[in-house]
Amino acid sequence: MVTILVFLPLLMALVAGLGGRMIGHTAAKALTTGGLFVSAALAWTTFIGFWLNDAQAFTVPLLDWIESGGLSVQWALKVDTLTAVMLVVVTSVSALVHLYSWGYMEEDPSQSRFFAYLSLFTFAMLMLVTADNLVQMFFGWEGVGLASYLLIGFWYTKPSANAAAIKAFVVNRVGDFGFSLGIFGTFLVFGSVSIDTILAAVPQHSGQTFSFLGSTVDVMTCLTLLLFVGAMGKSAQLGLHTWLPDAMEGPTPVSALIHAATMVTAGVFMVCRLSPMFEASDTTLAVVTVIGALTAFFAATVGMVQNDIKRVIAYSTCSQLGYMFFAAGTGAYGVAMFHLFTHAFFKALLFLGAGSVIHAMHHEQDMRFYGGLRKHIPITFWMMTIGTLALTGFFFTAGYYSKDAILEAAFASGTASGMFAFVVGATVALLTSFYSWRLVFLTFFGKPRWAGSEHIQHAVHDAHHGDHHHAHDDGTAGYHPHESPLSMLIPLFVLGAGALFAGWLWHGAFVEAEEGAAFWRGSLAFDTHLMHALHEVPAWVVWTPSVAFFAGLGLAWNAYIRRPTIPLWWRREVPGLYDFLLKKWYFDELYNAIFIKPALWFGRLFWTRGDQQTIDRFGPNGAADMVVVGSNLARRFQSGYVYSYALVMLVGLAAAAAWMMGAPR
Amino acid sequence: MIGLTHYLAVSAALFVLGVFGIFLNRRNIIIILMSLELILLSVNINLVAFSAFLHQVHGQIFAMFVLTVAAGEAAIGLAILVIYFRNRGSVAVDQADMMKG
Amino acid sequence: MTATIAFYLFAVTLLTGGLFVITSKNPVHSVLWLIVCFFNAAGLFILLGAEFLAMLLVIVYVGAVAVLFLFVVMMLDIDFKALRRGTLKNLPLGLFVAGIILTETLLVATGWQPGQGVIVHEALAGPPAGMSNTQWIGSQLYTRYFFVFSMSGLLLLAAMVGAIVLTHRRRVGLKKQDIAVQNARTPAATLGVGKAGLGQGVEL
Repeated sequence: MVTILVFLPLLMALVAGLGGRMIGHTAAKALTTGGLFVSAALAWTTFIGFWLNDAQAFTVPLLDWIESGGLSVQWALKVDTLTAVMLVVVTSVSALVHLYSWGYMEEDPSQSRFFAYLSLFTFAMLMLVTADNLVQMFFGWEGVGLASYLLIGFWYTKPSANAAAIKAFVVNRVGDFGFSLGIFGTFLVFGSVSIDTILAAVPQHSGQTFSFLGSTVDVMTCLTLLLFVGAMGKSAQLGLHTWLPDAMEGPTPVSALIHAATMVTAGVFMVCRLSPMFEASDTTLAVVTVIGALTAFFAATVGMVQNDIKRVIAYSTCSQLGYMFFAAGTGAYGVAMFHLFTHAFFKALLFLGAGSVIHAMHHEQDMRFYGGLRKHIPITFWMMTIGTLALTGFFFTAGYYSKDAILEAAFASGTASGMFAFVVGATVALLTSFYSWRLVFLTFFGKPRWAGSEHIQHAVHDAHHGDHHHAHDDGTAGYHPHESPLSMLIPLFVLGAGALFAGWLWHGAFVEAEEGAAFWRGSLAFDTHLMHALHEVPAWVVWTPSVAFFAGLGLAWNAYIRRPTIPLWWRREVPGLYDFLLKKWYFDELYNAIFIKPALWFGRLFWTRGDQQTIDRFGPNGAADMVVVGSNLARRFQSGYVYSYALVMLVGLAAAAAWMMGAPR
Repeated sequence: MIGLTHYLAVSAALFVLGVFGIFLNRRNIIIILMSLELILLSVNINLVAFSAFLHQVHGQIFAMFVLTVAAGEAAIGLAILVIYFRNRGSVAVDQADMMKG
Repeated sequence: MTATIAFYLFAVTLLTGGLFVITSKNPVHSVLWLIVCFFNAAGLFILLGAEFLAMLLVIVYVGAVAVLFLFVVMMLDIDFKALRRGTLKNLPLGLFVAGIILTETLLVATGWQPGQGVIVHEALAGPPAGMSNTQWIGSQLYTRYFFVFSMSGLLLLAAMVGAIVLTHRRRVGLKKQDIAVQNARTPAATLGVGKAGLGQGVEL
């Protein structure tokens, strides 16, 4: 059953991708979407088995892959609670995104390619989460990277999309390098890449040291740090985060699927899957916590000033991933997975909702040209509001349970890094509330500001050609946004339900001490002691996120509804700060100067000096030129004058005679 | 005493002169033909010298045949030269480069 | 003694003549120097006792070939003043190669050893048993070398025919007798009898 679950998307992807032209768009879309819904149904069945019934973990072996000396790698599907959770997340969101794309990508000429890529991505992600060994996980890892590249650059005629796709792939590659080194090191130390074997052998190797790059380091610290580098790349943590905002060049369903719910969570999944390894190294846990907290802070500050609706949500994702990581860093892996689970729902909801807004506003993405949309697209408005409530942690929404759990766990862990994370996390909660409500207010409230938008002007012009233009002084420019079709709204409803109720339904299973231990059943490192301590934190800790929520809401309301001149004042008074935040703390410029320019310089050097002037000159071009030069030289003998021929003959004769006389018989 | 070697030396020198004349001349093609005659003459001297010093007649007979062939070849060569001159209008050696590659 | 002086006289003149053949500016001079060479070679032949060949040289070579050369040189009416004196850039190389060949030939000539059963006599000997040189040649030519002799005749024929064929020019506008046509003429084609009226002419 699991096999069908995993391979059905692949099959559908191949059919739609290779045969899309033959079977037509509708058939391709129907096949892929139908396949995904079947997979989702199977995934929920499996999950319910682990949640309510007492299903045990099992492995489905498929094929032997590598048998080489000490290295034995198999294709096998490992299913335990952690896997089941991820299966549900991946397939559900993917199925809903497939359905959403029916409406969103309706006018696109290469729809079957899009759906094929979506299913291909889903397959790769499923391989990743059901991986029984590190090499198979790496296969899935690379597969989702590939699918991300294909999907970000889906509109490949746009140069910015191509550049963004390459950026995503290359930055991921840096992370993958660390991950590969981690896998190699793990094989070196443990003698196997099978996850079960490794996790069972962790106690043996903790405390060992080996020499790496000339210095003696603790084995587990070194390995887990390398593995974490991989997670940093995939989950866009600080340092390897630059690709995530540019990934918004892809269509919005792609952002919802890949950059909110699934691919970027692969890093968190990997850390949780290998949690026993991470538990063996305090240094790494501290690093993970600090980086996670810093990422959350960085992304939230940048998200406050972005003008593109999708970028705000992208930075929000980056920030929430930081939350998940510092939750894992403090030892609360179950809490991290819980936040992953709920985040998938409300972030996908926010992205799809934003897509709905963009669709309604004729592809305009700049929030400065939005305003007053709640009267025109009410359903989208309410769905976005639900998503924002969940994200900012309003009482009893999904985000409330998961975010509160994270902050409580950070406080309760008692470590220095945990405290740091708690403080930063609380600040970030305030910032999150601020920018999320900023988005809502700018988009749905206030007076319409659509007239300045080029997209809107196009739309109006197309609709009104021939009609006389009557003056509009209400900023609408005569445009009437309309609600999205049902195929786009149904996923919003489903996700909205999840965003509201998922927390309340499942927080017991994921987070509570005894229930959680029974639920997770050893699929990740579950610290019951810590989970108990969650409930013993002081009251002010429990109330902190809610205070942050209201504070952020208040500030946003003040700045964007009551007195809309405040943002302008900030911009005028501290332009340096504004630019710093708008330019994402100048990371892109920094990387450009340190890495990109030298790399390009090297490449150019090797091309002109190495390739052209050396290899080509002495190789093919040189050989060809030598032939011409040689033959031109040889031509001089053919002068056409008999006397010079006679001379040559004579010289030959003299030489022959000399040789005859001189050479020994 | 004049021995075989003297005659052979004369023959060698004459041969070299003839060969020299072929590729050194820059004037006209007739000089080439005349140098050819010199070469043949040197060969004749060689043959006759050997015939005399070996007390055999064969050298002289061979020299006679060489003479015959030389005469025939001179005739044909000159005939060709005449035609060449008729077609080209000049016997300058520099202009005889139609086989240039 | 006389023989020695005669030899050196003939040899030096021969070589000098050869030199002037190739270095004269006037081609007619070159031909005349060639004739000098031939004469001196004939003298050398006489010193060697091959008087038939010497006379042959004078009659055939000088009398026929050299005269032929002269004919052609004068017929072609070469304007030798207009002929360029070409660059002598080949001269050093040519001298070098010629020097090498000369050295090689001399080495061979002086270091030559006769083969098995071949005796090189110090002195020249004439034809055996009272034959003259001519008889000596004839005794071998018409017996052992008869086939070659016939071939050389054919060769001369070919040369003659070839020379004529090459240089023959068809002249247009010549009136020539064609005996065969004349003989084949019949009275019917040439003679016609007709009656002429009084005081009237005849139409042909």
